[in-house]
Formats: sequence, C-alpha cells, structure tokens
Amino acid sequence: MAKEIVTLDKLKPGEVGIVMSFNDEENALKFMEMGCTPGQKIKMDSIAPLGDPIAVIVSGYKLSMRKTEAALINVDRIK
Amino acid sequence: MKIGREQAQKSLKVAVLGNPNSGKSTLFNALTGLNQQTGNYPGVTVEKHSGDALIENEKTNEKIYITYLDLPGTYSIYPKTLDEEVCFKVMCDETNEDHPDVAIIVADASNIRRSLFLATQIIDLRIPCIFVMNMMDIARVRGVQIDTEELSKFLGVPVVAANARKRHGIDNIKKLLAEGVEAPKKDFIDIKHFAPAVFIDNVQKMFPKQSPYAVFQIINNEAGIEHFEILPTQKIDIKKQIKATGFEKHPIQSQETIARYKAINEIVKETVKIDEEEKRKSLSSRIDSVLTHKFWGYLIFLGVLFVIFQSIFLIAKYPMDGIEFFFVKLSELGKDVLPKGEFADLLINGVLAGLSGVVVFVPQIALLFAFIAILEDTGYMARVSFIMDRLMRPLGLNGRSVIPLMSGMACAVPAIMGARTISNWKERITTIMVTPLMSCSARLPVYTLLISLVIPSTHNYGFFNMQGLVLMAMYLIGFLAALTAAFVMKALIKTREKTHFIMEMPLYHIPKASTILLTIYQKARIFLFDAGKVIIAISVILWVMASHAPAGKYPVIEKAYSSADSVKKYTPKQIETRMASEKLKESYAGIAGKWIEPVIKPLGFDWKIGIALITSFAAREAFVGTMATLYSADNEDNSQSIREKMAVAVNPSTGKLEYTAAVGFSLMLFYAFAMQCMSTLAVVYRETKSIKWPIIQFLYMGAMAYLASLIVYTLAK
Repeated sequence: MAKEIVTLDKLKPGEVGIVMSFNDEENALKFMEMGCTPGQKIKMDSIAPLGDPIAVIVSGYKLSMRKTEAALINVDRIK
Repeated sequence: MKIGREQAQKSLKVAVLGNPNSGKSTLFNALTGLNQQTGNYPGVTVEKHSGDALIENEKTNEKIYITYLDLPGTYSIYPKTLDEEVCFKVMCDETNEDHPDVAIIVADASNIRRSLFLATQIIDLRIPCIFVMNMMDIARVRGVQIDTEELSKFLGVPVVAANARKRHGIDNIKKLLAEGVEAPKKDFIDIKHFAPAVFIDNVQKMFPKQSPYAVFQIINNEAGIEHFEILPTQKIDIKKQIKATGFEKHPIQSQETIARYKAINEIVKETVKIDEEEKRKSLSSRIDSVLTHKFWGYLIFLGVLFVIFQSIFLIAKYPMDGIEFFFVKLSELGKDVLPKGEFADLLINGVLAGLSGVVVFVPQIALLFAFIAILEDTGYMARVSFIMDRLMRPLGLNGRSVIPLMSGMACAVPAIMGARTISNWKERITTIMVTPLMSCSARLPVYTLLISLVIPSTHNYGFFNMQGLVLMAMYLIGFLAALTAAFVMKALIKTREKTHFIMEMPLYHIPKASTILLTIYQKARIFLFDAGKVIIAISVILWVMASHAPAGKYPVIEKAYSSADSVKKYTPKQIETRMASEKLKESYAGIAGKWIEPVIKPLGFDWKIGIALITSFAAREAFVGTMATLYSADNEDNSQSIREKMAVAVNPSTGKLEYTAAVGFSLMLFYAFAMQCMSTLAVVYRETKSIKWPIIQFLYMGAMAYLASLIVYTLAK
C-alpha cells in the first residue's frame, strides 16, 4: 500500500497514523518526551467543540495539543 | 510539629519527582503528613514544598532525619517551563542546596512508558533512586499487569508498587530509605553513542565523581540552557570545546530520546501486559464525550462556574459575617478593658481592624481552593482548558484563566492565588494583572449607593428596572476591561518561555478529601502569614492618617464641642458624630483629600470624595462608611440615611446639587477601574515575588480609571 503522509492535524476523529517525523526541532523533543516517538501509533481521538485544540491517543494515554502544534508532526495515515 | 531531629544519627535529602498527574504530591503528603513548609525556589516564582520526617532502621535502630522535597511535575529533565527548570537545576547541579541524596521517582502505573522515560534519565545521572509504581490498583482494574521484580532487574534500582491514596507501599518506601539506597551501577543508555565521546571524557576529568550523562547535562547547561553556575575556568574551557566540536544539543537530545524510548519499549514488552483496545473503552473516555461535548460540555462548565461563583459570593458570606462579628465584639471588649489612649486606639482601630480585614478573606479563599483542588484532582481542569482554549487564546490567556477570572467577580484575592494553576508564566501574570478589573463584591455597596443616588428608581422600561440595568452594565464594563487589558498585555509582556499547549488529559479520579483539606490549609496559611503582614502594615498607616491631625487641630474641635453652648444645643450622640466628622476633615487623610482635590476636580470629585478614595484603599466598601461620617454633621435629622444626605448635598461653589448623574457615573467608573485594594496588591506581591507587578498594576488601573472618569464627566456634565 502506498504511504500517505499527512500532518497530524489532518486526521479525522477515529483515524490512526504512525508518527514519521517532525517539522520543528525544538517541539520535536517535547513531543518525543511525551511519548510521540517515530514509529508510535497515534490516534485522533476528538476535536474540541470550537475546532481547536485536538486530543490524540498515543502511548496509551490522551494528549491534547493545538492544531498548529499537530501540524508539526508528520504521520503515515493507516486507517 | 516537633519531630525530634536531634535524635537522628544522620540526615538525608530526598527529592520526590515524577510526571504531572502521577500522584506525586499525594505520595509526598503521605510521607510527610503536616510537617510541611512552603517557600519559593531562589530566582523563580515556583512554589517549593518541603517536609520532614524521622524514620528508623528496624535492624540497627538507627534514626534518620529526612527532608523530603516535592519537585514540580515534569516529563523530562530537559527544561521547557519554569517548573521543569527547577527540576533541572536541582537534579543536574550537584552543588545545588536541594540536590538530593536519594530520588523517589513516582510513576503512574497506567502510564508506564512515559514515567520510565524520566526515571531512566535520573538513573543515568547515577542518583540513588527508588522507582514507585503508583496507582497500581487502578492499573490492574484497567488490565495492566506489571512484573515489578523483573522491572527492578532491568532498571537496576528498587521498584515499589504503591497506592499513595490508600497509603499502600509507604512503609516499603520508608524501609528502603532507612536501609540505604545505592546509586545505580549501570547506565541505561550510553550517551557517548550520541554525543562526542572525547568531549564527554575531557569534561569528566573536571567532574570525576559525575556520571557521563551528568557530564552531558553540564555541557548542555553551557550550550544554552544556563540554569546553574560552574567555576568560571571550567565554563570557559567547556564553551571552547563546544565551539571546537560543533556540539549541538537538540539533535543529540532527540537521538537520546528516541534511543531511550526504544529501550523502554523493549522492557515494557518483557514486564508489562496491557490490553490496549480494552483500555480506551474506559469510563474516562465516556465521561469525556459528555464533558467536552459542544453543547453539554459548555453547559456543565457554566453550571460549575455558577456553583463556584455562588459559593464564594453567598455561602462565604456567613462565616465572613461571623468573623466580622467576632472582631467587632473583640474591639468592643478591647475598648472596655484597655486603658483609653493612643495605644488602645492603635491596637483596636489599627491592628485589630487590619487583622479582621485579613482573616475575613479566609472563607472565600478556602471555598475557591476547595473547588480548584476538586477540579484539578478529578482531572476536570484539563477538560476546561480543552474546551475554553480557543476562546481565551486571542487574549493571550489560557483555558485555565477562566476560573480565576470568574472568581474575581466575588473577590480578586482568592482569584489571584488561584492563578497558580496556570503553568505558563506569561499567561499566569496576565491573569493576575487583569483579574482585579472584574467587579468584585466590595464594589457592590459603592455601586448600589451611587446608582440609587443618580438613577431614579421610577425609571422603568416595561420589564426592565433601570437601576438593575446600570448595575449589570457596571459588571459588564469590568469584564470587558479585563479582556481588553489582557489583549494589550499579550503584546507587551515578553518571555523566554514558549507558550505551548501540549498537555496530558489525565484519567478521571475521585478526589481525595485529605488532599483538598491540605490545599485549603496551605493556601490559607500563605495568605494569612505572607499577604497578611503587608495588609496589617497598610492598615496601620491608614489608621494613622484617618485618626491623626497636625498638632493643635483636634483640641480645638474637642474644646468647641465641650462648651456649654454645644452641650445645650446637641444631644451627646450628635456631638459624637459631629466631632468624628470634623476630626476626619482635619486629619492627615482629610489634608490628603484636600491636597488631591485639584487632581480629581476634572473628574467631578471634591475633597470629600478625595478622602473616601484614600480610605477606600483599606477596602472599597469603606467608601460608604467614610461618606457617612463626612456627611453626618451636615444635617440635623439623624433619621436621614447616607443616601438621602448625599442626595440633597449642595456644591458650595456652584450652588447646585453635588451628586449629579455626571459625578455619579464618573465615580462609578473610577471604582470600576482603579486599583483601590491593599489586600489585592499584597497578594499580587506575594504571588509574583516582585514589587514591580503590583506597582504596574496600581499605575495602569489608576490611569484607566482617571481617563474613563475624565471622559465621562467632561461629556456628561
């Protein structure tokens, strides 16, 4: 199957991706410390009522971030 | 409480650290009980909790005195927030006064990977440590099984299963501490795989006792983190080598992080069984679908706000009335018992009045912090942030600012203390700076008096009562002013701390009563002892101003009223009120009122209002009392209320009514904007640890008040 690389904010609730890379070095470290390491499964859980921020499930817990931050994470959409 | 330090054969510094929401503070409380101190770390406005205890080694009967330090929650030793900065300093600088002999790393058992990340960093610093798997029972229910023995072998440090809420495992931790914890012997990952090995070796020669990873942190510190100091010669040498080797900290830290998680995943595979799919169907997710719902979420939050607001506004009223009653009785008793004179007067009207003004805030503080502790402890606060972030962001505020802001409508004092839940410094300082603009309950008596004075109660538009509408408008003006000020401050305040919103949404928990009570106790203590000192000092100054006059002034008044003529003309009660009024006019406060008259004249205020503005500094509602004293002599008819007296007051220079609509509105706006509350300033000073912020707040709010009043009075007169 061809890879479909998108930024995390493009996933719809319920969709899952694999963390591939980051577009910003300093935030990358923060994401990785929180368990979003390359190769990790990440699931879009929900979007806040006003469209931002978003909540994802990664490493077995729920993490929220703003869309601008989610746009720094490249994921391979798998379903 | 006395714990008998002198009996101890040795002492030990123990740091408790862990991720936010790992139950770290609950464990800390279980270890120390009420033997806690609250202070600040030097140089930063991060609250420092420490506590002490005496433990005994059962084998040798040796007694050990332990100082526990509750470090702020962190995900990594690399600092990104002020909280994390503290952890970095304490853990990586071995000369730091808080650098621990033993570290207790608290892990949320249902979030094992992320907890292990921090733990393995501490292990690589080779600080003796105990890994505590907290909330084990919850994890078990959710299908997580952990082999602690196996985990201990992998990590090379003791692992304790615990549940701090039920005090399970506490004795095991104490036993380990008593018997002595050794430093980890092997590195979890080898930093020399990522950082230039020769460089690390060179620097290690300067710090022979440190592990390679600790040496790497010293280099990181010199490569831009700069949170602690080393010897100047070492500093120069390291900086030179950073340049020579082209050392860049971020790529190395990234590689380290990836390697660490890779190794952690291997360990987790061997020691932990998790049913991932089952886990997500948990209760927490179902609660979230309601609490972050686009309709129910906001409705529930509005309900929560309503309950908080009503409580600090209405429920707190009863204990507050009780406290005031108690102090009134106490000062009456003082008047009877103490010999009449200057000293009794100072004690009763200066110190006791100030003390009453401090203690009276405790019920509101206790109630607000009970709610905040419940919201934090249950995990709901993170959801509030989640649904409110989009609304607050344009103002440079955080979703968490909503609760302090709204509480500001009851009282700014507890509200400003409540801003501690905002971890980002810029967002917190903005919240602190704008909260006093929200119309607090002390402004209500002032608004009510002035509205009844300038708006006829007969002005009704069908269903709407005009007086009620104006009152509502005053609250709205305060709210809008706070938002506007926040918006302006967003642009003005510069910070090196980055704003980010990468935040954990913790699982829901049932709040623990002892945690809530401890929070209330700590906050009340901070307020009473830290802010209280400032409030009492200002209260004494205000007392001196309002009750003292330049030499020779008071005897003249007293003489005039003790003449046979006066005694015949007035009843004793009338003499007392008339004398009080004239004395206030001649006092230093009266002089100051007259002195500022030229400045406030453009706003439509005379020197009487000037006096009230000064005495209002003790508490805004003092406006009403001061006006009552000043006008008491103006009319013989004692049955007239202060409102009626002010309503017929005539301006001697114009011969027209003193309190026109223009003056009334000008005065209301002044009270809406001006920083006239010494308790708020004292608490801002306590919370920011800097005299700069209360001064800025006083000036900017004063300027806003002056301008608004000037414009309204000029247009309306």
